Amino acid sequence: MSDLDDHLAHIPHAAAIGMTLVSRGKHSCVVRVPYAAHLVGDPDTGVIHGGVITALLDNASGMAVRSEPDDASEGRSMATLDLRIDYMRPAQPREDLIAEATCYRMTSNVAFVRAIAYHDDRTDPIASSVATFMLGTPTEPRT
Amino acid sequence: MRILAELREQGRAQDMQALVEHLPYARFLGITVDRKGNEITTILPFSDHLVGNTQLRALHGGVIGAFLEITSIVQLLFDTSCERLPKTIDISIDYLRSGKAVETYGRAIVTRHGRRVANVRTEIWQESRAAPVAASHGHFLLTPA
Repeated sequence: MSDLDDHLAHIPHAAAIGMTLVSRGKHSCVVRVPYAAHLVGDPDTGVIHGGVITALLDNASGMAVRSEPDDASEGRSMATLDLRIDYMRPAQPREDLIAEATCYRMTSNVAFVRAIAYHDDRTDPIASSVATFMLGTPTEPRT
Repeated sequence: MRILAELREQGRAQDMQALVEHLPYARFLGITVDRKGNEITTILPFSDHLVGNTQLRALHGGVIGAFLEITSIVQLLFDTSCERLPKTIDISIDYLRSGKAVETYGRAIVTRHGRRVANVRTEIWQESRAAPVAASHGHFLLTPA
């Protein structure tokens, strides 16, 4: 479990967009992406690209599965089955993004995760997502 | 968006390569656009900073999502040449196989184009078009200029 804290540093794309772990709970985690110029989607407004929010929600959702205690996923690899994101309002320029993900159900094969992305007020989300993960997939790539 | 208006004034409204060069995040990912007649393909060359799983050297799920979203929006702009960047309302992604450490390609179809909302289906693949890495369908808000 302790290696979850520096887990993000070992994911090249997570490190490339500056993702850090803020906190984690029993079935949840909070992850932050600081505002940066290379993450901008619309140069006129300076707003962060939706794709960054996708990467953040995807990563936070996966980590929420990993942070389960009594972890049925412990030592098991997993693969994202699907991810649906609703964009509720535009992100604001020059503000950090935070994602909060909760694994609300885990069966023997599948984990179900909800997540939201926001700036500083979690009651006013920028985007929300639902994701499912298949547990226990092969760790070697299929040839 | 300034770049879209500039391209239109220069008669290059369909020059999507020029557009992605002006989007910092698309440039950060390394996305380019190849045009052959009235068809476009987006290209994502492999790069180490796109990796999500170092053991498998697989593309990050978020990179796959972002590439699907950018491919959808680029296709929408290519088809409609509107002057504002469409806003994503929602996008639903199916992850079909892991993205390997090779070049990835994307193509999209605008399945419905209304006055305010467009529906777009997108697929990305690597070695074989018949074996897509991921697929998405999304709704995009078209804001009048």
